[in-house]
Amino acid sequence: MRSLILALAAVAVAVLAAACGGTSENSAEAGDGTKLTLVAYSTPREVYAQLTKDFAKTDAGKGVSFDESYGSSGEQSRAVESGLPADVVGFSLEPDMKRLVEAGLVDASWADDEHNGMVTNSVVVFAVRKNNPKRIETWDDLVKDGVEVIEPNPFTSGGARWNVMAAYGAQLKQGKTHEQAVAYLGELFKHVSVQDKSARESLQTFSGGKGDVLLAYENEAILAKKKGEDIDYVVPQQTILIENPVAVTKDAPEQATAFLDYIRSPEAQRVFGKAGYRPVNESLAAEFQFPVPQQLFTIKDVGGWDEVQKKFFDREDGIMAGIQKEVGAALE
Amino acid sequence: MSSVAQPVPRPLRRRRDATLSLGVTTGYLSLIVLIPLAALVLRSTEGGAQAFWDAVTEPQAVAALKITFLISLIVVLINAVAGTVIAWVLVRDSFRGKSIVNALIDLPFALPTIVAGLTLLALYGPKSPVGVNVAYTTSALVLALLFVTLPFVVRTVQPVLLELDRDMEEAAQSLGATPLQTFRRVVFPNLFPAILSGTALGFARSLGEFGSVVLISGNQPFKTEVASVYIFGQIESDNVTGAAAVSVVLLVASLAVLLAIGGVRRWATRHDS
Amino acid sequence: MTARYLLRFTALGYLAALLVVPVGLVVQRAFADGPGDFFKAITTPEAMHALWLTILIALIAVPANTVFGVLCALAIVRRRFRGHGLVNSIVDLPLALSPIVVGLALVLVYGRNGWWGSWLIDNGFQVIFALPGMVLATIFVSLPFVVREVVPVLREIGDEQEEASATLGASSWQTFWRVTLPAIRWGVAYGVVLTTARALGEFGAVSVVSGRIAGRTETMTLHVEERFQSFDLTGAYASSVLLALLAVATLLAMTLLRREDGT
Repeated sequence: MRSLILALAAVAVAVLAAACGGTSENSAEAGDGTKLTLVAYSTPREVYAQLTKDFAKTDAGKGVSFDESYGSSGEQSRAVESGLPADVVGFSLEPDMKRLVEAGLVDASWADDEHNGMVTNSVVVFAVRKNNPKRIETWDDLVKDGVEVIEPNPFTSGGARWNVMAAYGAQLKQGKTHEQAVAYLGELFKHVSVQDKSARESLQTFSGGKGDVLLAYENEAILAKKKGEDIDYVVPQQTILIENPVAVTKDAPEQATAFLDYIRSPEAQRVFGKAGYRPVNESLAAEFQFPVPQQLFTIKDVGGWDEVQKKFFDREDGIMAGIQKEVGAALE
Repeated sequence: MSSVAQPVPRPLRRRRDATLSLGVTTGYLSLIVLIPLAALVLRSTEGGAQAFWDAVTEPQAVAALKITFLISLIVVLINAVAGTVIAWVLVRDSFRGKSIVNALIDLPFALPTIVAGLTLLALYGPKSPVGVNVAYTTSALVLALLFVTLPFVVRTVQPVLLELDRDMEEAAQSLGATPLQTFRRVVFPNLFPAILSGTALGFARSLGEFGSVVLISGNQPFKTEVASVYIFGQIESDNVTGAAAVSVVLLVASLAVLLAIGGVRRWATRHDS
Repeated sequence: MTARYLLRFTALGYLAALLVVPVGLVVQRAFADGPGDFFKAITTPEAMHALWLTILIALIAVPANTVFGVLCALAIVRRRFRGHGLVNSIVDLPLALSPIVVGLALVLVYGRNGWWGSWLIDNGFQVIFALPGMVLATIFVSLPFVVREVVPVLREIGDEQEEASATLGASSWQTFWRVTLPAIRWGVAYGVVLTTARALGEFGAVSVVSGRIAGRTETMTLHVEERFQSFDLTGAYASSVLLALLAVATLLAMTLLRREDGT
């Protein structure tokens, strides 16, 4: 018994020693070059993995290595606010960046460039089963009898908020009034059978066989198809332009800003494009032939994020809060 | 069980060592558990008592709490029966592979909750190879919770069964009692405290389960959204105070259940020395 | 006689449907692309780092909780101080708490705006979103097991031998080491097994406080989630199988030791 305890203790000490050695090895590595921390939402993980490598090959990026963290956009933003060290931050929607500005971690001038602080675009699409058996093509098709819609929870998922605003804006673009558009949203949510907490989880629920249509980012649908999932997608005529912000934090080293410039260069934007993102760099947009919806609109066209957050997503008085209650009451 | 005669007066250093062990215990417990929980409680009252009350009486919160308690209760009742049966079979029966089965019981502790959720989904969801699809319903909730709480009752009942003196059972049988009567009158009273402990722990665990449930239940507010998912939603909506408030409710409920069970157990074993 | 078979089949059937088949499915899917792919999946740099990190955290959390567990059990059973029932229940709390709540509570203390967080971060001590925070979360959730296993054993064996030892002049330490500890060793051992299993499998609370820095603060469970999210099911299942094997190994190790010991 005693020898067993001693043996275990010896192993523990050895492992701990190795561990300490391991961690100091990491910092020694950093001593040679610059270590930057990239905190981003989960979808562009593979793209950034590629871009950080490519950046290190450029002059501006010599000797720069990256620690990378990916997770759901809201959770990542919250983590940085709570102390997760970060030099470059990228989210799926602007309010997650706003949070860091308000926390004093990102400079308020982050959006003052030619791209308004954005690095990639996308659009909201309908992901459907292979060959679209239910012929879902328009927003009206979503609320037909028997159609099951998959949509993440708008209060936990940024992607869900893009979806809601796409649905709302699409109604306005078709000439409906604000009240009619809100009524449509209520109808739509009655068809939502599962509310996952993030957009990626929604995609996996849909791939797992649940539902007839999934509201998703175009690049998510493209990624899923690439990975062999049995789905197709439809770009509706009216849809919203999804804009993904990126910025450097206040105390970040200058290489972080260099990286920011790099990911907007044609070279990097091309990598994004191949992965299914619409480049913000206009010179490339033509290269990729993304379908252009007839009536594309932006978040500004429906009021801008500040107003929309208050009007739609306030958890007490927001329109979506009311709809959740209504739908829930209908379910009881 | 304890000594009868008044022993030799204890030397002073025993009291000092006792204080030391008590001190270390309290210190560790405070640092690891109590301080974070205190921070939680304080955060929940940041907006004042009214804000706390508003947060926990919000319809969606109430619905989530109701669903959580109800489902946990169902799960726990199933566990009480299933767990006892399994423990019985593991102790009293013998068959090939029994030790492997015994080793598997602890797996739900080790398997990440997301894996548990995903496999249950694969097996009993839309693409089920056995044609059973209960995903995104309350049945799925029950299923996921049964999985994660499986070990609790089994592991609390097993040791008691092992220690149980068979003499009483044999005596009852020789006096003409049927196996059922023997179980009900002789064995069960001895197992009851252990079953109760196990179910209480399982209940407390079910109240807080997140990882497996969030994948398999569909999280429909007012329908299949449990308290922990609701809390998560509130954090993500920048309502940390509200999230903390509902967390405190869960915390108090868990503590109450644990205390009650501790009390019942002490009462049930009051005749033991 | 039939009662026995009925019970056996009910128990085994229940276990099969709820436990064996799902876990079997995990194993089957891990090897679905062949054992070569399985080994490739668990030997990627991220997977290896995740394994190392998980074991490291367990090697800190388990001994800490074991020492605490034994001392606490002794305090609860032998000292019978006022409020020992409350302490007993508080120790059980981590079993009940939702991981979201645990994560939230830790952030409230160690986060940038937390009680100690601002001081810690300003002085260069990264607790949250780094190893210390993850260790704290793991210790929190795996705290109760040793206490729970040792308390009933301590109650069962009574303190006569300890009293006798004290009367014969042994110090507290000697009494503990030579009388108490050997008597409770299987309770402790089983508690260690459960603590280890729990520490290995912890996901929720750690995911909130880890920061998910690839190759630095991703444990095996977080790695599993990441693989699922990247549509790499084989990789996810492979890591899960590894986790399950680690847990089962600790239990089997204890069973073997117990057999050797003759109990």
